[in-house]
Amino acid sequence: MRFTINGQSHEAEVDIRTSLLDLAREHLGLTGSKKGCDHGQCGACTMLVNGRRINSCLTLAVMHQDDDIVTIEGLGTPEALHPLQAAFVRHDGYQCGYCTPGQICSAVGMLDEVAKGWPSHASADLDAVTLDDAEISERMSGNICRCAAYPNIVDAIREVAGERDEVAA
Amino acid sequence: MSLIGTLLGREETRSLTMDQPHPHSLLDQGTQGVIGRPLDRIEGPLKVSGRATYAAEYPAENLAYGVLVRAPFGSGTIRDVVADAARSVPGVIDVVTDYPTFIRNPQQGGEMKAPTQGVQKVDYHGEIVAIVVADTFEAAREGAALVHVDAEPAEGAYVFAAHRDQAETPPPDQIPPTTSQGDVDAAMAAAAVTVDATYTTPSQNSAAMEPHASIAHWQDDGTLVLHGAYQMVASDQSQLAAALGVAKDKVRIVSRYVGGGFGSKLGIAPESVAAAVAARKLARPVKVAMARQQVFDATVRRSNTEQRIRLGAGPDGRLTAIAHETLATNLPGEDFFEPAGIGTHFAYAAANRLVDHKLVRLNWLLAGSMRAPGEAVGMLALEAAMDELAEKLQLDPIELRRRNEPDQDPEKQVPFSSRQLVPCMDKGAQLFGWADRHAAPASDRRGEWWHGMGMAAAVRSNMLQKSSARVQLTPEGRAIVATDMTDIGTGSYTILAQIAAETLGLPLDRVEVQLGDGAAPPSAGSGGSWGAGSAGSSVYLACELLREKLAKAMGTSPESMTLKDGRAIADNRAVDIAELVGDGLSALGEIAPGKQEKAFNQASYGAHFAEVKVNAVTGEVRVERMLGVFAAGRILNEKTARSQCLGGMTFGIGAALTEELVHDPRNGKVVNRDLGEYHVPVNADVPQIDVHFLDERDIHANPIHAKGIGELGISGAGAAIANAIYNATGVRVRDYPITCDKLLEGLPG
Repeated sequence: MRFTINGQSHEAEVDIRTSLLDLAREHLGLTGSKKGCDHGQCGACTMLVNGRRINSCLTLAVMHQDDDIVTIEGLGTPEALHPLQAAFVRHDGYQCGYCTPGQICSAVGMLDEVAKGWPSHASADLDAVTLDDAEISERMSGNICRCAAYPNIVDAIREVAGERDEVAA
Repeated sequence: MSLIGTLLGREETRSLTMDQPHPHSLLDQGTQGVIGRPLDRIEGPLKVSGRATYAAEYPAENLAYGVLVRAPFGSGTIRDVVADAARSVPGVIDVVTDYPTFIRNPQQGGEMKAPTQGVQKVDYHGEIVAIVVADTFEAAREGAALVHVDAEPAEGAYVFAAHRDQAETPPPDQIPPTTSQGDVDAAMAAAAVTVDATYTTPSQNSAAMEPHASIAHWQDDGTLVLHGAYQMVASDQSQLAAALGVAKDKVRIVSRYVGGGFGSKLGIAPESVAAAVAARKLARPVKVAMARQQVFDATVRRSNTEQRIRLGAGPDGRLTAIAHETLATNLPGEDFFEPAGIGTHFAYAAANRLVDHKLVRLNWLLAGSMRAPGEAVGMLALEAAMDELAEKLQLDPIELRRRNEPDQDPEKQVPFSSRQLVPCMDKGAQLFGWADRHAAPASDRRGEWWHGMGMAAAVRSNMLQKSSARVQLTPEGRAIVATDMTDIGTGSYTILAQIAAETLGLPLDRVEVQLGDGAAPPSAGSGGSWGAGSAGSSVYLACELLREKLAKAMGTSPESMTLKDGRAIADNRAVDIAELVGDGLSALGEIAPGKQEKAFNQASYGAHFAEVKVNAVTGEVRVERMLGVFAAGRILNEKTARSQCLGGMTFGIGAALTEELVHDPRNGKVVNRDLGEYHVPVNADVPQIDVHFLDERDIHANPIHAKGIGELGISGAGAAIANAIYNATGVRVRDYPITCDKLLEGLPG
């Protein structure tokens, strides 16, 4: 099958039982995406597929012919961090670091959903979404952090979202 | 202070046994200005970019994948592991059983011997009995699903209530099982006001985000290198070597990044031995990552508890009696008991005291340490009971605690090394707006929500463990810290770098910290909140010796030399450290606990404040605000310390409201064995928690004057929420977690 991951196109023969997560971790050496539950319950495996955040443990690799996949490794490097990655460092939006790649990929996808105006359970007005702390917490609740960096994760995301708004204004 | 020595054949070492107070700390004299500051984690860029490598993420030539097989029954003896179907799966290499060698359950933290071994006789549902090894994970998983474990079933004890009357007194573990002073019964009978209440807490799971994983790789010289997810490398190596029947120096564990531990990775777990056995048999490296369900089934739980608290007080609220009697559970043959009364020993003054623990033997998975063993659940009971007493006395809960502040350890009659419980409560009351609380319960309804505030005290014993570290100064004037200490999210990498940078006068980016490799000097490991104080002191001592070497090279004394920004300044001269280092300098630092441990009661303290709202229709509880004020000696890094407290307090939210392992009464099986059914707090469950630290130094604890903080945040946190729920609704739930169903019936109309 053919797919693009972090901007690189790949052709690979893939076991039909292999999840997208295992493809990345066990076959492509991309271990940044984590396996926390393998059941779509923790969010540690979150990747961006064609711009949307998904639990990569819940999707088979063979379902992604021609898809454009981005993992944490594709967002930035230690030397050149993505703004959200840098904000997570600044705000200590992690502790052990295991859920962190999923949190950050999820935040990237989440901010895009907000930019598109998609409401959530926490939205007071379904037609005009504003990204307050309750919205961030609600929309990030698919990503468990047992170390419980949640307040710092909210701080990090709020800061990056705010900067974007300033640029947009 | 003991010897400074260059013994023949021994690395130059600075050792310190804490027999005396250590009033002077180089950390107070440093000029680099990095200690204590809220600096970013030095390994942060690796973690946020997905480049930090956890146990299951190391490449190996010819790697095989192992999937563990469990016993799907609660008790019995295996007749056969029927594996023909599994072996016929393409890609499956072998189905490996080794009944005597496989471990029945994980080891407790810090033990040097093997955990209980032997799995032919199965003692709990989910016990790991075999491993299927294949060329791919997918083949191994398919094979494992086809294995049939044929067994002769046996009777088991699966229900706590049915066996609680057969409780036995366990041998001493972390604390003695029983202590008493005076006569509690007589004091209770004479007391003007009493509380006699029983609280229950369920089994819990640490649920660290990284499931336990090991890659076992036997080297040509017969050494096993195991990349594992372990908190205490040195003792884990010892346990693993003993379990495998090889010499201790033939096992090297590497655990550079650990995806959370909270106690669950203190001792070796079944995947390590299974991977090592399979790798030895097949002569190729084997990787085993436990499935999340297996983590719930076969690693370790926090014991459920039944805790009876009795408090007797005079009309002025001064306690005359405190009794804390706990029933906990564990497997047959396992002596760990949840020390729920550990904080009760010294939390409050009272002449008549009883702290007692008994164990009920059940065929449930192992019970062991989970974040703040003892205080985490003990304070859920004690601090709720104190709230009940305050209510009966018509006394503010803070005032009640103030009136029962002991001036020394009320049992051992030794002084406290430091104790700032009252300042923590006072500061918290001020920051939180405690004065706005309605003293009468169920008196603040807004729309369909009842609002309330609660508080609780936090206490956590401080411990120092033997720990060592090597610090090298390179010819380029960089420092390299090496120890087998681990960073499980606690901030070890960063605070050890800060200690070295401060004492050696180096910018932080000129310090490299190498952790988690069993080839490095053995450390205390991560557990019991002792990591920073113990490992930090070992780095401090090594740096102290290096400072003396630098001074000697400069022809001056350490006292008259200032180290800053990589330069040594003395006698109106300033030279680059690199010029003093020659071919490189190296020193080993070793700390050990001493007489200060018993001469003083060492503990950290705090006060929790919570505001909740409870839905009048559904009983849903939302935590609106939370504040913790803590005093834990020197704060080495305000950012990572704060994060530790956020984590502990959030564990408190989970314990108070959602976390409960459910055991099937028919076979002890963990029913809710995944993260969809075992409810840990998610982002939306947690408000923007506030954390505040009081300034403190503890000169009796260690030379860096810091105390443990990782477990302080959970101590009492859940009780503050329970007390807030009572304040909001007037409903006292003594059976944790406080779920909607337990509140609904009593909610005011």
